[in-house]
Amino acid sequence: MARVILPQALADRFGGEVQLEIEGRNVRALLAALDARYPGLGQELEGKVAVAIDGEIHNDPLLEPVEEQSEVHFLPRLAGG
Amino acid sequence: MSDEKKFRWVGTRPIRPDGIDKVTGRAQYGADFALPDMLWGRVLRSPHAHARILSIETGAAAALEGVHAVMTGQDLPDLFAEKAAASGGHDDSNNLAHNVMARDKALYHGHAVAAVAATSREIAERALELIDVEYEVLPHVLDIPTALAADAPLVHPDRVAQGIENPEPSNIAKRLEMGHGDPEEGFAEADEIIEREFSTRPVHQGYIEPHACLAQTTPDGRVTLWSSSQGHFMVRDYTAKLLDIDLSLVRVIPAEIGGGFGGKTTVYLEPIAVSLSRKSGRSVKMVMSREEVFRASGPTLGTRIKLKVGVTREGVLTAGEATLHYEGGAFGGSSVGAGCMTIFAPYAFPHVRSTGYDVMVNKPKGAAYRAPGAPMAAFALETVMDELAQRLEIDPVDFRLRNAAKEGTLASFGPRYRRIGCVETLEAVRDHPHYSAPLGPNQGRGVALGFWFNAGLQSSAGVNLNPDGTVTVLSGNPDIGGSRASLAIMAAEEFGIEYEHVDVMVADTHAVGYTDVTGGSRVTFATGMAIIEAARDVMGQLCKRAAAVWDVDAERVSWHEGEARLDGGVEPAPLSLAALAKNAGKTGGPISARAALTARGVGMGFGAHICDVEVDPETGKVDVIRYTAVQDAGRAIHPSYVEGQMQGGAVQGIGWALNEEYVFDGEGRVENPGFLDYRIPVASDVPMIDTVIVEVPNPAHPYGVRGVGEVPIVPPIPAVVNAVHAATGVRFCDLPLSPARVLARLDEAQSSGSA
Repeated sequence: MARVILPQALADRFGGEVQLEIEGRNVRALLAALDARYPGLGQELEGKVAVAIDGEIHNDPLLEPVEEQSEVHFLPRLAGG
Repeated sequence: MSDEKKFRWVGTRPIRPDGIDKVTGRAQYGADFALPDMLWGRVLRSPHAHARILSIETGAAAALEGVHAVMTGQDLPDLFAEKAAASGGHDDSNNLAHNVMARDKALYHGHAVAAVAATSREIAERALELIDVEYEVLPHVLDIPTALAADAPLVHPDRVAQGIENPEPSNIAKRLEMGHGDPEEGFAEADEIIEREFSTRPVHQGYIEPHACLAQTTPDGRVTLWSSSQGHFMVRDYTAKLLDIDLSLVRVIPAEIGGGFGGKTTVYLEPIAVSLSRKSGRSVKMVMSREEVFRASGPTLGTRIKLKVGVTREGVLTAGEATLHYEGGAFGGSSVGAGCMTIFAPYAFPHVRSTGYDVMVNKPKGAAYRAPGAPMAAFALETVMDELAQRLEIDPVDFRLRNAAKEGTLASFGPRYRRIGCVETLEAVRDHPHYSAPLGPNQGRGVALGFWFNAGLQSSAGVNLNPDGTVTVLSGNPDIGGSRASLAIMAAEEFGIEYEHVDVMVADTHAVGYTDVTGGSRVTFATGMAIIEAARDVMGQLCKRAAAVWDVDAERVSWHEGEARLDGGVEPAPLSLAALAKNAGKTGGPISARAALTARGVGMGFGAHICDVEVDPETGKVDVIRYTAVQDAGRAIHPSYVEGQMQGGAVQGIGWALNEEYVFDGEGRVENPGFLDYRIPVASDVPMIDTVIVEVPNPAHPYGVRGVGEVPIVPPIPAVVNAVHAATGVRFCDLPLSPARVLARLDEAQSSGSA
């Protein structure tokens, strides 16, 4: 199970925990699982945030693979100069 | 690092392929293009910071001889209103469309309200004077405290903040929060706590080349644009989106670019030029004046940061807490998210929290500026770090080293760091002779550390093998900082051929695959990866051709130092790239490859700067007298252009610290829209910027590349401010440190006896 860390404000909004253990082979699967647990949360995140998987930030992460022991953080999307 | 691979070209300093064209004036920038039927487009801009547009009368302008088209916001499709309404008013495409040309309201002084195309620039400008706009002037908000006041006029009365429960309409576009641990617990463990407030003023990216483009349209709907930008695919996509045109009908040909620094990652003129061209049936050229660049193209705007940091008496950080307010201009969209993410990033904080607010004000729509959001955040944190070191009587570099982020550190923005070079960078500062050099009277030394993420994103590349054995490389990124050279070096290194035998072309949107902007310090890293992938594909094809010639299995052939060799034997003689290229027609046809990828494995970057200043106690003028920039580049493919980035970033940061600021009058008008009154540093203002490139290779890149272009603007502001403190005993929390401001604080300190 991957360890998923949600932004505090979002966790508060959906009445959920900041850290969760979730099964999923890629980010899309994690979002679906999040949505099942907290209706609307996955939709809130999809396409709007970047994701750090084991320290690497992905801006368009939907199909990025997630390993069994991965740590997954949701982050604001960044712009570069 | 004795086990490192030796390179032939990587790490050398050959002449850049575009160098001669650029120093002889042959290179073509945005304003250099012309067509026989060309008209000149000019824009009418709002004289008010905030006003409702009641009517626009264009008849007299249209009737002027030589005028071929007049347009207003009503001529542009309003495609995103529904989506914008559904998002509480915050839709990026809608914001962009309304920034290109105002519809019902002008939201800042300089906002485009109408445009004209005429046979000369002079006629177009005369026609602008004949356009009669009836405004209802509205109260405006120009800064964060005013915008947040309970009775503040609202820039967008229909917009509500994202990230806030049950929001009422306000000037806050967005709130966000991040961190880990419990800062209160951390502060309870601290022996020293410092709490300060900081402010920065709006500054412009200051690129020398103004925005410029030439648009040609045809009756069958095709569009060709010649444009100076940080990404011609970005220009294509935004222009097509705003005008509802198929992407395949829009071809954008990249001009050379005379500086961008993030400010040319959006469009201002192109949709207008295309619209005027469609209306007139002629091609239309548009070039902003310097005044327009300042008034209407994206600056990075003002910020206010409240910061609290706790530390043990042994110099170990226990907690950090920050509230950041960033002006986003008339549409929001500031870089406050990156400010929140970077403010504590260089250090291992057990407890940390950042809360950010994106604030709308009646100023131009902010645009990215080199490591967007990070320099202001670093100004706050690194100033407090300096003060903490002083209070604890610890050397400021040692203090930073005790707390520096390293591989495995939980970053303040969430994840754990992969391999980074923060410690190595600080050690290089500590060991540099500059750090221990003696200082004279009224002189002081400051140091500061800075962080930036860098970016990967999407890149495409093409590699064509020519019959004479030379190689043509196609890139989709405008060359801002010498990327043709770095890309050519990597291709030459891969093939094992002469650097001079590789030519890199910045190809237009019809000639190379989609490529994201030249931004995020990503081109050498990401587009370099695509070129390496395409080159390896070509080398694979070459090995197969050699195998066919030798009548052996392809697996037995491999590529070494510019030639195909049969493994495990001395016969037959290797086949060179030139020989294989010459006979390609006889062995299967032309050889070329393309690669397209989303670059993974970005290497985050750290830089640390040492700054010496001398402060004139009579005038308050601050002179930077010695400056050393140290940065982990991962691997410097062409060290001269890495050094150039470090020097340029340092000088921009020095300008931001000492001189640069927009000055607004009471009506919200920009009072200094020109380089005489908006003072960027020139060569005579600064010493030679010394550079030290640290190389902690990024394990995810074939050559170890990290991005380098943005990190160097992050440390300079606090490095300068800390140096001024060391010279004067006065701490500055508000930018810029102009002579008047410095003198006032010195006088104040002298009269209170605190300096």
